Amino acid sequence: MTHPFGTEITDTEIRALFAAAQGWEARYKQLIKLARQLPPMADESRVDANAIHGCESQAWLVGECGQDGRWQFHCDSDARIVKGLMAVVLAALSNKTSAEIAAFDMDAYFEELQLLSHLSPSRGNGLRAVVSAIKAKAGS
Amino acid sequence: MIVDIRVLRRDFPTLAQIVNGHPLVYLDNAATTQKPQPVLDALNHYYRDTNANVHRASHALSGQATRAFEQAREKVARFIHAPSPSEIIWTRGTTEAINLVAFGFGRHFLQQDDEILVSTSEHHANIVPWQQVAAATGAVLKIIPLSGSAELDLAAAERLITPRTRLLAIGHVSNALGQVNPVAELIAMAKAVGAVTLVDGAQAVGHFPVDVQALGCDFYAFSGHKMFAPTGIGVLYGKTEWLEKMPPWQTGGEMIKTVSLEHTTFAEPPFKFEAGTPNIAGAIALGAAVDYLQGLDRAALQRHEHGLLTQLLNGLTAMDDIRVIGRPQAGSVSFVMDEVHPQDLATLLDMQGIAVRTGHHCAMPLMQALGLKNGTVRASLAFYNTEDDVAALLAGIDKARELL
Repeated sequence: MTHPFGTEITDTEIRALFAAAQGWEARYKQLIKLARQLPPMADESRVDANAIHGCESQAWLVGECGQDGRWQFHCDSDARIVKGLMAVVLAALSNKTSAEIAAFDMDAYFEELQLLSHLSPSRGNGLRAVVSAIKAKAGS
Repeated sequence: MIVDIRVLRRDFPTLAQIVNGHPLVYLDNAATTQKPQPVLDALNHYYRDTNANVHRASHALSGQATRAFEQAREKVARFIHAPSPSEIIWTRGTTEAINLVAFGFGRHFLQQDDEILVSTSEHHANIVPWQQVAAATGAVLKIIPLSGSAELDLAAAERLITPRTRLLAIGHVSNALGQVNPVAELIAMAKAVGAVTLVDGAQAVGHFPVDVQALGCDFYAFSGHKMFAPTGIGVLYGKTEWLEKMPPWQTGGEMIKTVSLEHTTFAEPPFKFEAGTPNIAGAIALGAAVDYLQGLDRAALQRHEHGLLTQLLNGLTAMDDIRVIGRPQAGSVSFVMDEVHPQDLATLLDMQGIAVRTGHHCAMPLMQALGLKNGTVRASLAFYNTEDDVAALLAGIDKARELL
């Protein structure tokens, strides 16, 4: 489950990257770049049990809580922009405690990144479903 | 008559919007069409000036509302050349219209081993109700396959239509691929063995004139919102002989003749199938949409739309990495880009103000048959689209390719 998001790349870096991105093209190039930095999930994890529903694209999520009380999450999608958005979410929520995850304001974060439309329930890409699934896992 | 589409577009206020910083290029007409001002005015006028329930009260407003509501039924009957307005049943849309037939005809007149025939390219609304009928009655659902070019295999259909076929339920135009099915031929084949026929006309009525008598179908279903009218109103045309035989599928007010606490007798069609307060405003506005369409030169609009389709297909086929699926003839064009997920392409088009649809388009069996795991990108046209819209889509695809 190793990837740089939540450890080397946190929400602070993501905020800086998007603050520097001028215009929608730069923001989407950034998302596609982030998608490349998120390694694919192992085939054995890309199964129905880990599938996130509510996605026009296919999406998967796995997560486990370490002995240090920090959650490690990994996501994957067959659509690049969705995968980039997932990396943005992982930067904010992976390697965090349940309390930190519960306290994180995803709407404000996405609004700052000018990506808020992707969190809309009608969007169909299921990003909101991914965020809810992470929060549910960390809350249980 | 030369139609000036730029002038005609002024009738559709929604089209004048800026989306994501760009003038809206609306190419999701197969999902729903935009509404012209006369349709918006009809909705507003009903609620502002004549709001009253229909067929009930003896007061003036109710009389006006009832007249407008029944006039709309007459307009729709003329629009599809139905012999009588009493063969026009208001429904919520195509889906409810098909479900009405599935209940009233399927569950009551089909039995074990009767065969229901649909095609691989059907919208889910013309598959799932028949699966449910088959499960409830023991009838068998048979599927007309696709030929090599993703068109409906007419030779296979001929083999599948047998004396056991009791119902043929077929889409007039495929919502996913924009292919026009040979419905007249199929209906003739089905009638030759005594089968009942239903046509899902959701993707047809907004694009070209439909004549139910020329088709010879028993039932024809369509939605208002795909032909420039509001959502939540649709039509089932049914031949009187079936509407008389079929039991009502929902019961309650409006659809009765007499009720005692022991026994109820039902009203005549179409009222027998219209329980409860109907979507009065929607029906009147659908009548307004019919008036609007019939006030235009539809043949000219059809030529214009066909020109756009040709421009779009030429543009797409000139791109090495784009594959057009099937042979689009009306409305929708489905395509995929090599190595690119349809949703990525659609997201980047949306950022340029271009509205298209991605995914399986509620036709999962079709997508499976075509081996399209991620579905397609679908651009769907209406007569108010322009050459500039098509050019914007083609340029938008080039821009998306650069970013991806």
